[in-house]
Amino acid sequence: MSPDDPARHQKGSPARRQEGSPARQQESARRLAPARVLDVDALLEDPRNRIVVCCGSGGVGKTTTAAALGLRAAERGRKVVVLTIDPARRLAQSMGIDSLDNTPRRVKGVDDAAGGELHAMMLDMKRTFDEIVESHADPERAAAILGNPFYQSLSAGFAGTQEYMAMEKLGQLRAKDEWDLIVVDTPPSRSALDFLDAPKRLGSFLDGKLIRVLLAPAKVGGRAGMKFLNVGMSMMTGVLGKVLGGQFLKDVQTFVAAMDSMFGGFRTRADATYKLLQASGTAFLVVAAPERDALREAAYFVERLAAEDMPLAGLVLNRVHGSGADRLSAERALAAAENLEDPRIVDQDGGKAGIRTAPGNSPDPHGSSGPADSVPDDSATDISPEALDTSAETSSDVTGASDGAPDSAGAPDAPERSVDALTAGLLRLHAERMHLLAREQRTRDRFTARHPEVAVTEVAALPGDVHDLAGLRDIGARLATGRPELPGPDA
Amino acid sequence: MSRLQVVSGKGGTGKTTVAAALALALATEGKRALLVEVEGRQGIAQLFETEALPYEERKIAVAPGGGEVYALAIDAELALLDYLQMFYKLGSAGRALKKLGAIDFATTIAPGVRDVLLTGKACEAVRRKDKRGRFVYDYVVMDAPPTGRITRFLNVNDEVAGLAKVGPIHNQAQAVMRVLKSRETAVHLVTLLEEMPVQETVDGIAELRTAHLPVGRVVVNMVRPQVLDATDLELVRETPRAELARSLSGAGLGGARRGGHAERLVDPLLAQAGEYAERYTLEQEQRAALGELGLPTHELPLLAEGMDLAGLYELATELRKQGIA
Repeated sequence: MSPDDPARHQKGSPARRQEGSPARQQESARRLAPARVLDVDALLEDPRNRIVVCCGSGGVGKTTTAAALGLRAAERGRKVVVLTIDPARRLAQSMGIDSLDNTPRRVKGVDDAAGGELHAMMLDMKRTFDEIVESHADPERAAAILGNPFYQSLSAGFAGTQEYMAMEKLGQLRAKDEWDLIVVDTPPSRSALDFLDAPKRLGSFLDGKLIRVLLAPAKVGGRAGMKFLNVGMSMMTGVLGKVLGGQFLKDVQTFVAAMDSMFGGFRTRADATYKLLQASGTAFLVVAAPERDALREAAYFVERLAAEDMPLAGLVLNRVHGSGADRLSAERALAAAENLEDPRIVDQDGGKAGIRTAPGNSPDPHGSSGPADSVPDDSATDISPEALDTSAETSSDVTGASDGAPDSAGAPDAPERSVDALTAGLLRLHAERMHLLAREQRTRDRFTARHPEVAVTEVAALPGDVHDLAGLRDIGARLATGRPELPGPDA
Repeated sequence: MSRLQVVSGKGGTGKTTVAAALALALATEGKRALLVEVEGRQGIAQLFETEALPYEERKIAVAPGGGEVYALAIDAELALLDYLQMFYKLGSAGRALKKLGAIDFATTIAPGVRDVLLTGKACEAVRRKDKRGRFVYDYVVMDAPPTGRITRFLNVNDEVAGLAKVGPIHNQAQAVMRVLKSRETAVHLVTLLEEMPVQETVDGIAELRTAHLPVGRVVVNMVRPQVLDATDLELVRETPRAELARSLSGAGLGGARRGGHAERLVDPLLAQAGEYAERYTLEQEQRAALGELGLPTHELPLLAEGMDLAGLYELATELRKQGIA
């Protein structure tokens, strides 16, 4: 049993006392929601904050979140650059960065009334790697490295190069000091943590013992004390040569020899990037969706950031569902839908007002019952007399409002699909939504119980993808509100 | 039916789930399937609610009708040590290599070597026979890297074969490539009915085809149930609010007059229907885009209770019903 159970029991108990009141239960579910709400605007506006890193597992909307944060910060007066790794084509196009050129481009259509600017760029990892080589080696040596087959594979394919280069680029952007704020998206790694590990791994490899082994045959002589060791080492290279093939090893050695002067640099850069991530001007946002796997990864990430002394600002919970009718429980909605679909239980003239559908549709068996078996409504126990007499009132409204369509209530030519069948569908849709809400709430509670200290902001699920600035602006506003704005029943 | 079934898909589409369900489906009725994981995420163990998998084939599930599913989390480092041991009887020298970082180098840094080891192990399981000359596994299902990397992952043997022009790694790469490019292999892509995953699927298939890797099927995962159809959605737009209010009232949900309980439900319910309609349209567009690929396409339902072991069996049954296994 998880340690959160007692707490949940306590908090849950008020609701239990209010047995049978879905509204109260809903309210108590809200109280269970994280107490701390992440203040996104404060984070974006604080001039001391210079870097925001969005991380999280794949498919949770990291890139969109990064872009929306960047836009919001820019429209609130900051000069921002967003570094995206692998944006959706249309999102990239909307920001004018559909080409991979590794250069920040100013995004058009941003409201600059507050004096801010938005720039965006898409990471070209090979280009970034090439630039490092070019800036650290003389032209001849750089050319040798860039043409080396080992280098070509390493720079384009090594799992981890993308992560390393993303962090490298971040370091470069920060060093230029041209921007108030850098928002960075992290690569879609097999693990959300790869970008933390890759620089170290690559750095320690390029700086490590093995490199010296590989270099050994290339370096003639060496210090006297190394001689004995060198015998062992050449044996190792012999084995490696056998396994990998002589040419391969030769390519590696050439590469390593050519890069020799840069190794120290790699280690230093990896260390510098790591420190930059720990610095006080950096804020990490863990992005997740209210799904089990995504939140499990998020929890893991939160723990890992703490262990690494990386400053976590909070959790962005994307794709949270809400309902404007959340006081109507799934159970009641389903029961009502069944009532409507089975005319023997409930049949009311008003509810049978049919709508003409496209000709050729097969008759709906539920809708064709007709007014013959009209019985007084006895199941709708909570309908007051007041409610019943309204139904007559609204009936006349309908005749006035429906654009010329005959009011078919009680008409003998039964419609092919009744309003009741449609209403039942809407209620089933609602029941499904309420089940989803409950599931999301359970998942979030599990996270909150584990990490009550983490501030959270929620973004309501959108039916479609975001691919223009208006959409990003909308997401930004939702991020800043902290809770999904839902159309309330009174709206 | 190909004996090596590779399952890829964009992150977040549930490729591990689909791979596991496929293994269960293939093992149904007395067959034996091996489910392999290559990214060290222990996703299979989580799915089957068991402890972390070691680098060892072990039975993790019994399929309906007496079949068996084995699982293996391939660890590139251990695979390389195994391999060196097998070919060179390295013994302590292997440990020395490890100490030096050579194993690290070969499995994480040297481009492609890691991937050759991973695909190599899977191909070995495909070809493995018992004493009586029968295949040990009827099927091997691989939970592969995501769509964005799959072609490179599978094709990396070509790359290594180019880099390491001779030697055992070279030979291994060649052997692996022969299996991967044959009819013995099928690469399936898992997607959702959303724009990005579908776009990635379309791009991924083009890449696989260019590399002459055998594309299998498209599996659309987490398909939401159809509650309203196109006719309903048309009706939603046409029906006067007051009629809906009366209908709700008739169902016992309170008064239909302005401000009554039923009347106040109309707007939120219509808003939900509006979101549904928007999603419905987008989903139809994505279905059409997938349809243009001309590949067998399967749809798996979104499980209302979330993903668990029971749900996995449900998906396996669904896959069998749809003739994928």
